[in-house]
Amino acid sequence: MQFVNLPQAPLFGSVAEVGQRLAEVGYLASTAVATTVFLADRLGKPLLVEGPAGVGKTELAKAVAAATESGLVRLQCYEGIDEARALYEWNHAKQLLRITAGQGRESWDETRDDVFSEEFLLPRPLLTAIRRTEPTVLLVDEIDKADVEVEGLLLEVLSDFQVTVPEMGTVTAARRPFAVLTSNSTRELSEALKRRCLFLHLDFPDADLERRIVLARVPELAEQLVDALVRTVRVLRGLELRKAPSVAETIDWGRTLLALGLDTLDDDAVRATLGVVLKHQSDAVKAAAELRLN
Amino acid sequence: MSVVEHGLPGHLVAFVGALRRHGVAVGPGETIDAARVLGALDLVHREHLREGLAAALLRRSGQRQAFDTLFDLYWPAALGAGSGEVEVPRIDDADDGPVDVDALRDVLAELLRDGDTEALEELARAVVDALGRAGGVGTGIRGLAGQPTWSAYQSLRMLSPETLLAQILADLRGPDVPEGSFAEEVLRREIRDRIAVFRKMITDEVRRRTAELRGRDQVARSAVPKQIEQVEFLSAHAEQLAQLRRTVQPLARRLASRLAVRRKHAKRGEIDMRRTLRRSMSTGGVPMRPAYRTRRPGRPELVILCDVSGSVAGFSHFTLLLVQALREQFSKVRVFAFVERADEVTHLFAPGAELSGVMQRVLREADLVAFDGHSDYGGSLGGFAEQWGGAITSRTSLLILGDGRTNYRDPNLTVLRRLVGVARHAHWLNPEPRRQWGSGDSAALRYADVLPMHECRTAAQLAAVVEALLPV
Repeated sequence: MQFVNLPQAPLFGSVAEVGQRLAEVGYLASTAVATTVFLADRLGKPLLVEGPAGVGKTELAKAVAAATESGLVRLQCYEGIDEARALYEWNHAKQLLRITAGQGRESWDETRDDVFSEEFLLPRPLLTAIRRTEPTVLLVDEIDKADVEVEGLLLEVLSDFQVTVPEMGTVTAARRPFAVLTSNSTRELSEALKRRCLFLHLDFPDADLERRIVLARVPELAEQLVDALVRTVRVLRGLELRKAPSVAETIDWGRTLLALGLDTLDDDAVRATLGVVLKHQSDAVKAAAELRLN
Repeated sequence: MSVVEHGLPGHLVAFVGALRRHGVAVGPGETIDAARVLGALDLVHREHLREGLAAALLRRSGQRQAFDTLFDLYWPAALGAGSGEVEVPRIDDADDGPVDVDALRDVLAELLRDGDTEALEELARAVVDALGRAGGVGTGIRGLAGQPTWSAYQSLRMLSPETLLAQILADLRGPDVPEGSFAEEVLRREIRDRIAVFRKMITDEVRRRTAELRGRDQVARSAVPKQIEQVEFLSAHAEQLAQLRRTVQPLARRLASRLAVRRKHAKRGEIDMRRTLRRSMSTGGVPMRPAYRTRRPGRPELVILCDVSGSVAGFSHFTLLLVQALREQFSKVRVFAFVERADEVTHLFAPGAELSGVMQRVLREADLVAFDGHSDYGGSLGGFAEQWGGAITSRTSLLILGDGRTNYRDPNLTVLRRLVGVARHAHWLNPEPRRQWGSGDSAALRYADVLPMHECRTAAQLAAVVEALLPV
C-alpha cells in the first residue's frame, strides 16, 4: 500500500469548518458530506460519490473548488473516451513541422529528443490537474459511463498522483489535487478503483436540510410553502415509483409554483404541477391514485 | 462485555471482522484507512465517526444497513440505561413501579405529533429500560431471577404505536385540511413514517441492551439485518420485498450495460471463411481482404410461465419486474400465470403499467383457481399446452418460475418435455435452496431432468442467473 504524503497544508481545519465554508458558497452539506470531504482532504484520497441523479454530486465538486479557491479541472466521461482524451496526446502536426524545419541541419538524435518534449505535449484534464501548481479540484464526472479500460488509466493517477509518459518519464504531482469522482452506478466500478477512494453515498437529504436547500435556492418562496413542498416530496419518495423525485425536482417545483403565482399547495395546485416532479406517466397516475388526487 | 485487547485498534479490527461476517468485503487496506480516519477525526462527534468509517470501509450503498446496525453495537452512544430527560410514567409515581402504559402512550403520541426525533430516541431508551426492569401494569414480564430482559416485541406490543395514528392525525389536521384530501393523505403517510422510525428506535435500543447483557458478538451474529440482495425470497417479509422491488430498475440497468459490453467484445474478430475465400478470387486466391462475420443481436421471444401461489409470489413478482425492466432485450414477452390452471396475464405487464401491485391484480383478474387454490403444476402445464401451445415456437425462450411443489399431484413431465423440445431454450428458476429440491411434495428433481433448473434464492443469485441467460 502506498500513500502520497506530499508536504501540503490541509484545506480544512475541522469537519465543522468544511460545512461552514461549503455553506458560504451556497452548498449546504450534511454531516456525511462534510465528514467525508474533510477526510478526503486529510488522508489525501480521492472521493468517490455515488447516488441517484439530481442530489448534487457534481455540485459538491464545484462547491469544494469555490470554497477553497481552487481551480476546477473537469473530465467528463462518456462511452468511448480514451487515453488521448483523458491523459495527454502528442501534437503530431507540430511534430511534423518541427522535423521538416530542422531537416538537413541537425542529426536524427537531436530531432528525436526534441520532438518528444514538453512543447509538443497536449495535456488533457488528468495531466493538467497533476501538473498544476495552484490548488486544484479534479472532477471526474460520471465515471460509470466510461469503459472499463479507462478505470485502469485512472488507477495510477488516483493512487500515486502521477502520470507516466513513456517518451518523457513520470510526471509527479507538484501539488496533490483534491479528486472527486461521481457515478450514477449504471455499472459496478472495479474493486481496484473503489479501493483507492473514499466512498460517499449521497442520498436524498433529510427534511430539515432539504428545506434549507430549497430556501437557499429559491429565496422568494414563503417558508410555509417550502415546508409543504418538502413534506410532499418526501411522501412521494416513499411510494414505489420508477423515478423518485430528487432535490433538483423539489427546487424546480418551487420555481414552478412561484412562476404560477400559487402560494398554497392544495389539491388543484398539486394536480396541475405534478408533472414537474414526476417524469413518468405511470408514476403520476400512481401518485394521484395513492394520494387521493382524483 | 468482553474486555477489548489492544485498545482502539483492536476494537476496530473486531468491528471489521463483524462486517466481514456479514458479507461486507473489507480488505486490510481499508482497515488501515479506517484507522487513519480514527486518527484524523475528533472522536467526540459520534456521527462524524460513523460517516468517516463508512467512507473508508464501505464500497456499495447496499451495505449501509448492516454497517449502521453493527456500528451501533460496536460504538454505542451510551452504556446501560443512559441518562435522559424523558421520564417514563409509573403507576402511583413510584420510582421502580410498573409502567403506566396509558400515560406512556399519551407521552408517545405527543412526541410523535411534534416529530421530535431526539426526544423520541430518549423515550425509546427509557421505555425499553423501564419495561425490561419493571414490566407494565398486570403483564408481569419481569426478567427471571432479577435479571432484566429486553424484548422489542413486548415493548412494541404494549405501546402499539400504530393505533395512535388516528389520534395524532386528528390532532394535527386542524380545521383547514378537509377530510379525504390530498393534504390529509400526505399527513397520514408522514405520521406513519414517524411511527416506523420509532419502532426501529425500539428495536435498535433492545439490540444494544441485549448486547451489553449477552455479549456483543453473539448479538452481532444473529440480530443484524442482511444486505437486501442476500435476503431469501421465500422468507422475506413484505417490507423487504418492497425494498427489493426498489432495486429492480438499477439492477436491470446494470445488467443491460454489462450485456452491451459483452456484445461489443463478442462482435470482434470472427472471420467468415466462405466470404473471405470468395473475395480472394479477385486477388488470385490470396486472401488480401478478410471478411468478418457480422452478428445480428438475437432478440428472442420470451414466454414466462410463473407460479403465483402464495408461497412463491414474492419471488415471481421480483423476477417478472426484472424481466419487464429488461424488455428491450426481447422482441416479445408473454407472461402466463398459474396456480391450479394457467391464464395469460401479458396485458397486465404492458409498457408503462403500474407494476408494484400487479400480483394482486393477477390473482384477482386471471382465472387461476379451480378447487382449493393449491398449486397444480401438472394440470397447469397441460392446460397451457392445450390452449396456448402455439405460443412456444422454435424462436421462443421458455422460462418457468416456481418451486416445483406439486402437492403430490401428477407433475405431467410428458407435456413439459414436449414444450421444452419445441422451444429454442428453456430454463427453470427455483427459489428453493438446492438441498430441498425433491424433498416432500417437490418434483423439482424430476423437472430438473427435463430442463436446466437454476437455484435463485436471493436477488444476487437471480441477477447472476439472468445475466448468464440473456442472449449475446
